[in-house]
Amino acid sequence: MGVTTPNGFTLDTAGQRVVVDPVCRIEGHMRCEVNVDENNMIRNAVSTGTMWRGLEVILKGRDPRDAWAFTERICGVCTGTHALTSVRAVEDALGITIPDNANSIRNIMQLNLQIHDHVVHFYHLHALDWVNPVNALKADPKATSELQQMVSPNHPLSSPGYFRDVQNRLKSFVESGQLGIFKNGYWDNPAYLLPPEADLMATTHYLEALDLQKEIVKIHTIFGGKNPHPNWLVGGVPCPINVHSTGAVGAINMERLNLVSSIIDKCIEFNRNVYLPDVVAIGGFYKSWLYGGGLSGKSVLAYGDIPENANDFSPGQLYLPRGAIINGNLNEVQDVDQRDPEQIQEYVDHSWYEYAGAEPGKGLHPWDGITSPKFELGPNAKGSKTNIEQLDEGGKYSWIKAPRWKGHAMEVGPLARYVVGYAKGHEDIRNQVDGLLRTMDLPLNAIFSTLGRTAARALESEYCGRLQKHFFDKLVANIKAGDESTANIAKWDPSTWPKEAKGVGATEAPRGALGHWIKIKDGRIENYQCVVPTTWNGSPRDVAGNIGAFEASLMDTKVERPEEPVEILRTLHSFDPCLACSTHVMSPDGQELARVKVR
Amino acid sequence: MSQIETFYEVMRKQGITRRSFMKYCALTASALGLGPAFVPKIAHAMETKPRTPVIWVNGLECTCCSESFIRGAHPLAKDVVLSMISLDYSHTLMAAAGHHAEAALQETIDKYKGNYILAVEGNPPLNEDGMFCIVGGKPFVEQLKHAAEHAKAVISWGACASYGCVQAAAPNPTRATPVHKVITDKPIIKVPGCPPIAEVMTGVITYMLTFDRLPELDRQGRPAMFYGQRIHDKCYRRPHFDAGQFVEHWDDENARKGYCLYKMGCKGPTTYNACSTVRWNEGVSFPIQSGHGCIGCSEDGFWDQGSFYDRLTNIKQFGIEANADKVGMTAAGVVGGAVAVHAAISALKRAQKKNQEKVEG
Repeated sequence: MGVTTPNGFTLDTAGQRVVVDPVCRIEGHMRCEVNVDENNMIRNAVSTGTMWRGLEVILKGRDPRDAWAFTERICGVCTGTHALTSVRAVEDALGITIPDNANSIRNIMQLNLQIHDHVVHFYHLHALDWVNPVNALKADPKATSELQQMVSPNHPLSSPGYFRDVQNRLKSFVESGQLGIFKNGYWDNPAYLLPPEADLMATTHYLEALDLQKEIVKIHTIFGGKNPHPNWLVGGVPCPINVHSTGAVGAINMERLNLVSSIIDKCIEFNRNVYLPDVVAIGGFYKSWLYGGGLSGKSVLAYGDIPENANDFSPGQLYLPRGAIINGNLNEVQDVDQRDPEQIQEYVDHSWYEYAGAEPGKGLHPWDGITSPKFELGPNAKGSKTNIEQLDEGGKYSWIKAPRWKGHAMEVGPLARYVVGYAKGHEDIRNQVDGLLRTMDLPLNAIFSTLGRTAARALESEYCGRLQKHFFDKLVANIKAGDESTANIAKWDPSTWPKEAKGVGATEAPRGALGHWIKIKDGRIENYQCVVPTTWNGSPRDVAGNIGAFEASLMDTKVERPEEPVEILRTLHSFDPCLACSTHVMSPDGQELARVKVR
Repeated sequence: MSQIETFYEVMRKQGITRRSFMKYCALTASALGLGPAFVPKIAHAMETKPRTPVIWVNGLECTCCSESFIRGAHPLAKDVVLSMISLDYSHTLMAAAGHHAEAALQETIDKYKGNYILAVEGNPPLNEDGMFCIVGGKPFVEQLKHAAEHAKAVISWGACASYGCVQAAAPNPTRATPVHKVITDKPIIKVPGCPPIAEVMTGVITYMLTFDRLPELDRQGRPAMFYGQRIHDKCYRRPHFDAGQFVEHWDDENARKGYCLYKMGCKGPTTYNACSTVRWNEGVSFPIQSGHGCIGCSEDGFWDQGSFYDRLTNIKQFGIEANADKVGMTAAGVVGGAVAVHAAISALKRAQKKNQEKVEG
């Protein structure tokens, strides 16, 4: 039975409906509904963004040089990446070039975010889908120490006493009866497969990573003054460099550079000694659980990022690859042009928005994008407007729009980048992927899975650690060559701008391809649209019936206990959903909508 | 709550030594700006008081407050979560999801009526019957009111919960509304900033746990100990301001010498926060130290005060200072400090607005 979608998934709504709301350990608010058949296999999946904040219209009429600060607040988890995208969009529109040092510093900050985000995602948002901290109480600390030394001989924190201390701490925590964040977890669910020693090792690293992540971000603090939400600047970076002269203490000086360098080393060490070995060790116990591929083997998209040289975004100059693959044809990687009105379009047929007067199936390129909210439940929804029991995916069902690339639903993110990179023959990516698969004794197509998504993120963190060092060395070499410039102010003054201009900024955010489209008129923002990674991945259906990446990835997955949706969380979390990002858009008129009374 | 273990008992059971415990108490004392005489008092409180459950809810926000919270260095985030509070509900960190998560929330409300702290990150949108932010199929505002009903006190984390922040900037189409306009019958502590500094967040919590009282609040409901003075008052670049040494353009010679950023639009003179003293991320830096002016992110409505690069006012340099000195002296007194501070802020804001209208008009 069931209906087959154009992108190749057979949907059947006959079985039991399971609702997960809220989906926790993500950024923002999200709901998920699935139908499972009599064998507990998922046969239909519905993912819903359940928040809408809207920033683009707030941006209308404002100074384009301020836009980075507004858009940065789209997300405090991937903090900084929207700001970078925004300054790139403004610079593109106004023809502003940035100095070499600014390119190096921006790259270091963006790479730093990738590492921070990936580490926090794996340990604090994702690990509890694989790791059972309660089971860690049964571990033998000595055997745990042996396991640690086997999987990562260079990690200094590996003695039996160390693991015993952590275990004692966990034990007291559990015995206190106040389980805090571990309360109501699914700790006796058979989906957890790790032996107690691996659980203890991974739980210990949860705590180590919590300590480390606050160190990683200090690079943002040095260059941007704070984290979350460091400061950026159209035309370069706000931090001046002064390594030789009077007043250097008020600028990026030798002491600051040394601090940056030491943090870069810590990142590299943690990736090599803890993060990657953990993914291999944990993945090893789950390597028969290869569900969750979804769109990753069919349709993936990456914009590319981390330009070697300032102001050069040609594909050959980007360390993170650019390209699109459709219909599973890995032999052909197509180039992506964010300016082409036929390539990227957003649809709202199943989203809580409307394009007034348009025919069903109308798509809009972001430069011409409209965001006009229209909250209504489909005719078969259960419950009421303010007490939704079950959504009707035949109607409108999400605050997320449906972006499409040449009409295709696409997966974006670390796995998409790695699939594109692998298909293009990117040397670093090929070496990493082949090496990992060899170590784990898995075939290449194993990467099209939940586990593959999680592994790609770890590989990318390692790669970004090395790239951080590359750009640090480049920054120092350039300063040594006598260039201390960090900002180009030739077009800072709005009187130097054209009357009308439009531009695009693109980055690879930790969660995937991110684009901002801006139109400037008379020195003010006329239109601003963002299409973000979770809009791609969390996309609802389109008028042709194609399902989005989250939905596709859940299909045909076995859930051990439908009332304890650990498998659903595992796969959704593998995308690192960011709902505040995906649902930030707002009405172009900011019109008054229905109100509720404040009691 | 008497059956709950004390901090000290829990910390000891979790392998923290007496020596580390006393060190922690000393750090807490210094983080709160208290002298060594307070260390035994804090230790005593920790040894005799129970762990407090915390329910942390999220409305419309960007999660920067949770992210800032886990950046805490003293105390470490792991020590807060494992040893000091019981974080019974947190979308960002909790293992459970769906109805198991909702059940955890309800259990804490039932078990600890009147004894838990409600921490709010983000705010409720009120348009569209509240359905611009949905939790468990219902409007977030319902969850917020439900969780607040039996809370001992409410902490409004960050600019969103305190004032509305970016989604409430004009024209605020979702009608994102600060917490105190929805919850009106509970003590509310505003900890503004986008986000607030990690150690300010943990400082506020540990203050409440340690002294079993709410921090002294100013007229706007902010803890006076962290928000009582302007960034400008304690800025290390202040001597350059007084000497008339300013950055004139980005990356000019003066920028490289670390001169004052006032002419680049710095909002330090009208922003009340601890950035120039506590600083960010274990004291590594703060915006001004890294070359960008303060954007005023802990002030009400900072998104709608003109460009971040507009110079604050046309009020003469020493005009501001005469005013500010008066503010400083009054605030140093015990009674009426907050009132005077508030009045001065309003005066400055009025002047600033007037100026912007002039510029834009």
